[in-house]
Amino acid sequence: MTAAAAPSRFRRPRRENGGDDSGVSARRWFTPWLLIAPGGLWLLIFFIIPLFSLGRLSLQDGGFSNYSTVISDNSTVIIRTFVYATISTIAAIIIGYPLAYVIATKGGKYKNLLLALVVLPFFVTYLVRTLSWKILLFDGGPAVSIFRSLGVLSENQGILGSPFAVVAALTYNFLPFMVLPIYVSLEKLDRRLLDAAADLYSSPARAFRKITLRLSLPGLFAGTLLTFIPAAGDFVNSELLGSERTVMIGNIIEKNFGKEFFRPELSALSFMLMAIILVGVIIYARLLGTEEIA
Amino acid sequence: MNPPNWLRALGRVSLWVWASLGLLFLFTPILVTVIYSFNEPTGKYNYVWNKFSLAGWSDPFKYPELTDALIFSLKIAVSVTIIATILGTLIGLAMVKYKFRAKGVIGAILILPLTMPEVVLGFSLLTLFVAVNWSRGFVTIIIAQVMFSVSYVATTVRARIRGFDWRLEEASLDLGASPFRTFYKVTLPLIAPGVIAAAMLTFALSLDDFIITYLNSGLDNTFPIQIWNMKRSKVPVQINVFSTALLVISIALALLLVVFNNRRSRKLAGLAA
Repeated sequence: MTAAAAPSRFRRPRRENGGDDSGVSARRWFTPWLLIAPGGLWLLIFFIIPLFSLGRLSLQDGGFSNYSTVISDNSTVIIRTFVYATISTIAAIIIGYPLAYVIATKGGKYKNLLLALVVLPFFVTYLVRTLSWKILLFDGGPAVSIFRSLGVLSENQGILGSPFAVVAALTYNFLPFMVLPIYVSLEKLDRRLLDAAADLYSSPARAFRKITLRLSLPGLFAGTLLTFIPAAGDFVNSELLGSERTVMIGNIIEKNFGKEFFRPELSALSFMLMAIILVGVIIYARLLGTEEIA
Repeated sequence: MNPPNWLRALGRVSLWVWASLGLLFLFTPILVTVIYSFNEPTGKYNYVWNKFSLAGWSDPFKYPELTDALIFSLKIAVSVTIIATILGTLIGLAMVKYKFRAKGVIGAILILPLTMPEVVLGFSLLTLFVAVNWSRGFVTIIIAQVMFSVSYVATTVRARIRGFDWRLEEASLDLGASPFRTFYKVTLPLIAPGVIAAAMLTFALSLDDFIITYLNSGLDNTFPIQIWNMKRSKVPVQINVFSTALLVISIALALLLVVFNNRRSRKLAGLAA
């Protein structure tokens, strides 16, 4: 170690010990792997291997019939899960894209302050944020009074327990994950392209569609994944704000993960959730034509 | 064809209004958390506003189970931050500084945990712990949180240190500094802002995490798990008090980091001039 570490002016071309270049290059070849090894092993043992363990367990006592059982028993829940995740992702795009756009293009010197406001929710723990939604949507709370005065809800109707409550809170909880990547891609956008488009008689709408929107697709893609995936796997919002009408896949896993006899079926359910998401991600990447960032 | 001016003005105004509403949407629940830390709830649940009171703030440690859970969470967060920051930074350095085969595979493995629902990650890890008969608690929580944090750290560090002039290291070595001294005096100051940012992110993620932690916690309770367990019996105002205090501390730390970074970049600019 000390010999190799000895300072030398001529490190690269020739070593003192008779041009033993192989030792040097061997070390070079090794260095990145030495750096990666500790974290890489951690991921191998506690991320990759568990996925195999999950797959194996999902085929225990019954093989593939575990899958058919789990799908036929929970078809409503599975469909509901993906419907909720899809709606909240679309809502997050509708709210998040304009917000990211305004911050990136019109934020000026307040850009960082506005971004800080976007990530502020992360400074309050997830469960407490969701409990705040419970306060907001509680019977007699502000949201219910507003909706009642607008006539959307009748006098004895509430919001808590409804799909609306769950989807709204899902949208809220993952919205910053939508805003940030879109912001990053819009921030990098070369504004001169828009000037050029205007000079070439493009309407602003067309310039937006052909330039701004297209160049922000990678951000939109990343934002969609970062919103959709946690929403599809969530059980906190449905448990705290929903009812038995709003049970999602995550709730089934949460309710039963302690019961040993149920684990093969739960593994099948988890594996299926993961598989559907992966397939969805690939299709979505194709649709957007953003394979290179996937 | 260009739309008339009044239409464009209308579009601009509605864009601003829509974006402000979006910010309001993000901001309101946080505000509610803070405001309700000053509530005096009528029952066991702090859901309905009754009247202003400092009771929660004057007696923050009223529920020992909640206080213990918060301390437990902080212990976990410190351990996870130290381990994950070191492991993740090393990977980030390897990815930026070296060319090697299988870099793409490593990159994909790093991204993969971020593209999986937490409930799947947590449950699959649980199946491993069950298979090897490992009882769940402090250690398994740390294992679980480091697992997903390493990816965040490596990705953050990698993004922040890309394009640095690594010849500075060679210059230092050529000028007779030991590798250790070179790391300490050259490499570390270069990568420090990225590493600090990653460490803060990890700390926040650790405190925030519920789903993966919950599935692998056994009988040990972090702050979020304690709230989860209490939710059917009581939701005391102290939850909001602790959350508000953490919020204020986080904002203060973030501001401090901004000031530190500004001063640092001014100093670097001064050196360059």
